[in-house]
Amino acid sequence: MIAWTIYISLAGAAALLFAPPSNPRLARATALVLALAGLILGIAGAAAIPAGRLTDVVNVPWVPALGIRFHLAADGISVVLILLTGIAAVAGVLFSWNIEERANEFFALYFALIGGVYGVFLSFDLFLLFVFYELAIIPKYFLIVIWGSTRREYGAMKLALYSFGGSALVLIGLIAAYVASGAKTFDLVELAQHSFPASFQTWAFVLVFVGFAVLAGLWPFHTWAPTGHVAAPTAASMLLAGVVMKLGAYGALRVAMTLFPAGLRVWRHEIALLAVVGIVYGALAALAQRDFKFVIGYSSVSHMGFVLLGLMTLKQIGLSGAVLQMFSHGVIAGLLFAVVGRMIYDRVHLRDLDRLRPLQLNKALPFAGATFVLAGAASMGLPGFSGFIAELQVLLGAWQSFPVLAILAGAGIVIGAAYTLRALDTAFFAADTDGPKIEIPRATLAPISLPERLGALTLLAATLVVGLFPNLLLNLIQPALSSPLMRTVWEGGAL
Amino acid sequence: MNHVPYLTLLTLLPLTGGALILATRPAQGRTARVAALAVSFLTLALGAVLWAMFDRSRNDMQFVERIAWAPSLGIEYHLGVDGLGFLMVLLSALLVPFALLASSQLENPRLYYALFLFLEAGLFGTFTAQNFIHWFVFWELSLVPAFFLIKIWGGPQRTSAAVQFFVYTMAGSVAMLLAFLALYSATGSFEFSQIATLVRDGRLGPAALPIFLGVFLGFAVKTPLLPFHTWLPDAYAEAPTGVSMILTGAMSKMGVYGFLRILLPIFPDQLRALQTPLLCAAAATIVFSAAAAFAQNDLKRIVAYSSINHLGYCLLGIFAAAQWTDASAVWTNEKAAALNGVMLQMFSHGLTAAALFYFVGLIEQRSGGSRSLNYFGGLRKAAPVFCGLMGITIFASLGLPGLSGFAGEFLIFKGAFALAPWAAAVGTLGLLLTAIFLLTLLQRVFSGPLPEIWRAWPDLTSAQRWTVAPVIALIFVIGVYPRILTDVANPAALTILWSNL
Repeated sequence: MIAWTIYISLAGAAALLFAPPSNPRLARATALVLALAGLILGIAGAAAIPAGRLTDVVNVPWVPALGIRFHLAADGISVVLILLTGIAAVAGVLFSWNIEERANEFFALYFALIGGVYGVFLSFDLFLLFVFYELAIIPKYFLIVIWGSTRREYGAMKLALYSFGGSALVLIGLIAAYVASGAKTFDLVELAQHSFPASFQTWAFVLVFVGFAVLAGLWPFHTWAPTGHVAAPTAASMLLAGVVMKLGAYGALRVAMTLFPAGLRVWRHEIALLAVVGIVYGALAALAQRDFKFVIGYSSVSHMGFVLLGLMTLKQIGLSGAVLQMFSHGVIAGLLFAVVGRMIYDRVHLRDLDRLRPLQLNKALPFAGATFVLAGAASMGLPGFSGFIAELQVLLGAWQSFPVLAILAGAGIVIGAAYTLRALDTAFFAADTDGPKIEIPRATLAPISLPERLGALTLLAATLVVGLFPNLLLNLIQPALSSPLMRTVWEGGAL
Repeated sequence: MNHVPYLTLLTLLPLTGGALILATRPAQGRTARVAALAVSFLTLALGAVLWAMFDRSRNDMQFVERIAWAPSLGIEYHLGVDGLGFLMVLLSALLVPFALLASSQLENPRLYYALFLFLEAGLFGTFTAQNFIHWFVFWELSLVPAFFLIKIWGGPQRTSAAVQFFVYTMAGSVAMLLAFLALYSATGSFEFSQIATLVRDGRLGPAALPIFLGVFLGFAVKTPLLPFHTWLPDAYAEAPTGVSMILTGAMSKMGVYGFLRILLPIFPDQLRALQTPLLCAAAATIVFSAAAAFAQNDLKRIVAYSSINHLGYCLLGIFAAAQWTDASAVWTNEKAAALNGVMLQMFSHGLTAAALFYFVGLIEQRSGGSRSLNYFGGLRKAAPVFCGLMGITIFASLGLPGLSGFAGEFLIFKGAFALAPWAAAVGTLGLLLTAIFLLTLLQRVFSGPLPEIWRAWPDLTSAQRWTVAPVIALIFVIGVYPRILTDVANPAALTILWSNL
C-alpha cells in the first residue's frame, strides 16, 4: 500500500499538468489533497510494515533481459524518510498557497519531484532507484528556473550540473558492480550478498558514495547547496533542504555503504574528516553571511555534516543518529526556509540582514518571529526538539569512533548557536541598535495567512513530538539497523 | 515511590501557567501580571506543602518518579529530590513571586510574565531531574527564557550581554554534553547515581581527566568560577531588575548545584588530584571579585561582582570537602560542616542577592535611571525605612552573626580551615574585602550630606515594604535558627560524603 505514495504523486502530477491554468485554487486544493494522501499512506505504512524486516511491496520483472525488476520494498529507515517526505510535502503546499502564476504547472513539477523522492526511498532495484533519483532532479531545475528569485538561472544550472555529475559517478559505480558481480541483477539485496574483491570495492565505493554525497552537501562538493537554496522558490527550498539532500544521504547509506562495506572501511576516516569540515565550515560560513537565506543554506551544509559523520561512525547508535538527523533536519530546515522565504521575503522583498535590521520584524510579524525562535532553538540542537536526540546519537557514535572529530563537531554546535542568534537578533529583534529604525505599520504587511500558520504548526509539531518522544522514530530506525542487510554496514563482513 | 507526582505537578504549574498567559492573550497587562503572580504563589504553596511532607530523617531521594523515556538511549524521566535539590526548589519557588512583584511597568507584559514562568519551570526541572538527559533538557531550556528576558527588557547594552550570556553558557554546555556522552559510552547509563557508582569503580581509565574537565567547564561557566566569569557582570547589569534577581538568586545556583550533585559524587578522585589549582581558583574568585566590586561605580555591577564573590565561598567549601582524608568521624564532621555551609550559603545568598538587586532596582527607578555611586549620599535622612531594610540585607550578605549569611560562611570556614587551611586563610581576606565594599556602598548611598535634588526622595511605599518583608523575615529566621535548613541539608551532605569515601 505504501507504494501508492509514488503512484498518486506521479498520477497527480500528470493530472495537474492538464488542469486549467486559469484556476490556481483548484490546483492548490488538488495539491493539498495529494500531499495529505501521501502523508496518510506513509503513516499507514509505518504502522503496517515491520520495522526490523525488509518487506517487499512489489517485486515483478521489468526488463528481464537485463535482470531489472520493479522492486519496491520498505524497512524502518525507508518508512521514516517516507514520513518526512509526506510532512515536507504537506508543509510545502501550504507555504506555496500564494502562487498564482502557472500554479498547476508548479504543483505538477512539485509532485513529480515528490513522486521521485518517494520512489528512491522505496526502490530496492538499483536501476529503478536511479531512475527515480533522476526523476527527482529534473523538476527541481524547472521549479528554480521558472519560479525562482535571485540569480535563478545560475543557481538552477549549478544544482543541475552538480546533481548530474554526481549521478554520473553513481551510474558508473552501479554498472561496474552489475558487471563485476556477474549475477545479472540490479537487485540491491542480491548484490549485497555478493562480496566484491577489496580492490574493486575501494574505488567503486568512492564513486558511488561521493556521487550520492554531492547531493547530501558533502564538503567540498557542497557549493551548489547555498546558491540553489537561495535561488529556489520557498517550497522548492523547503523540499531541496528537506528531502532532496536526504536522497543523497539515503543513497550513500543504502547503496554505497551496503554494497561496498570493505571499501567503506578504507575511506571512512577521510570521509568523516570531510563531514566534520562541513559541519564547522558550514557553521562559520553561516556566521559570515549577509543574506538571510544564505545563512539557512549554509546551516543545511553544517547539519548534513552530522548525517555524514553519523554514517561514518559505523556504530549502530551513530547510524541511528544519522537517520534521525535526516528526518530532523528535513523538518527544521523546511521551517527555517518557510520563515525566511515565505513569511518575510514574500512580504518585504528583502533578504539582506543589514536591510532587515531597521525593520524590527518581530513587531510587524510576531508570528514569524515566534516561529523562527522555535525553529532556531531546534536548529541549534536544544533538547526537547528532534535535532538534539539526533545529534546526541551522532556524537555518541563519533565519540566511540573518532573522539577528536566529536569535539570538533561539538565546536560546530556552539558556532551554530552563534549564527542562529545573530540571524534571529538582526532580522527580528534589532530594536535596540543605534541605527535608523523604520517602523512598518502592521497594516501594510499582509498578515500571516492561515495556510502559513498551519504549515508552520505542522513542522513545529513534528520536531517537538519527535524531540519529546524519540521512541516513535527510534523504534522504526533501530530494528531496521539490526536487520541482516543493514548489519553488514556497521558490523562489516559479507551478508 | 509515592503515587502523587508532586514534582511533575510543581514543574507543570508554571509551564502551563505561562502557556495559558501566552495563549489567552489577556487584553490588559495587569491581567497577565495577576495571573503570573497567582501561578507563582500557587507554586510556592505547593512547595510549602512539600516542605511539610519532606521526611528529614531520610537521606535518599524523595518524591521519586521514574518513567521510561527512550530506553534504547538510556534516557529516563526520573525525578526526585534530596535535601540539596529540595532547598533549591524552595528557593526558586520563593524568589519567583518576589521577582515578579519587583517587575512592573513593562512593555509587552504578557510575554515577560510567560517567559518568567517558563524560567521557573526550567529551574524546577534542573533541580529535580536525576537522569542526565532529562536534566539537560531543563538546563538548556532555562537558557532560552533567560536570554529573551535580558534581550528584550534589558538596558542599553542588552543585546551583547544576552548573546554573550547565551554563547558562553552554550559552550560550557556542549563541553559538558560531550563529556556525558563519553560517560555514557563507558558506563552505558545516563543516571547520575549509576554513573557515579561505575566511575568510582575505575571504568574510565586515563580518559577520566578530560571527561572531568568537560563537565567541570559547564559548571564553572555557569557558577561562575574565575576566569570563566566575564559574561556575568554584563548580563546581571543589563537585565531588568526582576530578571537580575532570579538570575543571581536561583540560576547561579544551578552551577553550584551541579558541583554538588554531579561533580563531587562522580569525580571525587579528579577533584582531589586537581584540588590545589581548584582551591586557588576559588580563592582568586573570592578575592578578585571583591576587589572588582570595590572598583565599580555602578550599583548593579557592584552587586553582580558581590554575587561572584559569595558563590566563591561555596566553591571553596566544595573543593575543601574534596580533600583526601581517612574515614574517621572527625574529618567527616569537618567535611559535613563545609557542605552544610555551602547549602546554607546558597540559600542565604539567593535571598540576600535577590533583595539587594531589588533595592538597587528601586534606587534606579527613584532617581530616573541613575545607578552611579557618585550620584547619591545621605539618603538615610530622606528614606529611613529603605536605608534600614537595605542595611539589614547588606549586613546579612557580609555575614553578620544573627543574620542568614553568617551561618553558611561560618560552617564553610569551619570546615575549610581544617581541610585546606591556606585557602581558607586567603578566603578570610576575601571576607574582609567583602565587608569593605559592601559597607562602602552602604555609606556612599545613605550617609553624608543629602544632595538638594534628592530632598524629596521617596521612602519605600507600603506595597514595597510588604514585598520585601517576608525575605527580611527569612533572613532573620535563618540567622537565628539555621537548623531549619540544616535539618534538611545535613542528610544530603552526608550522602554526598559517604559516596566519596
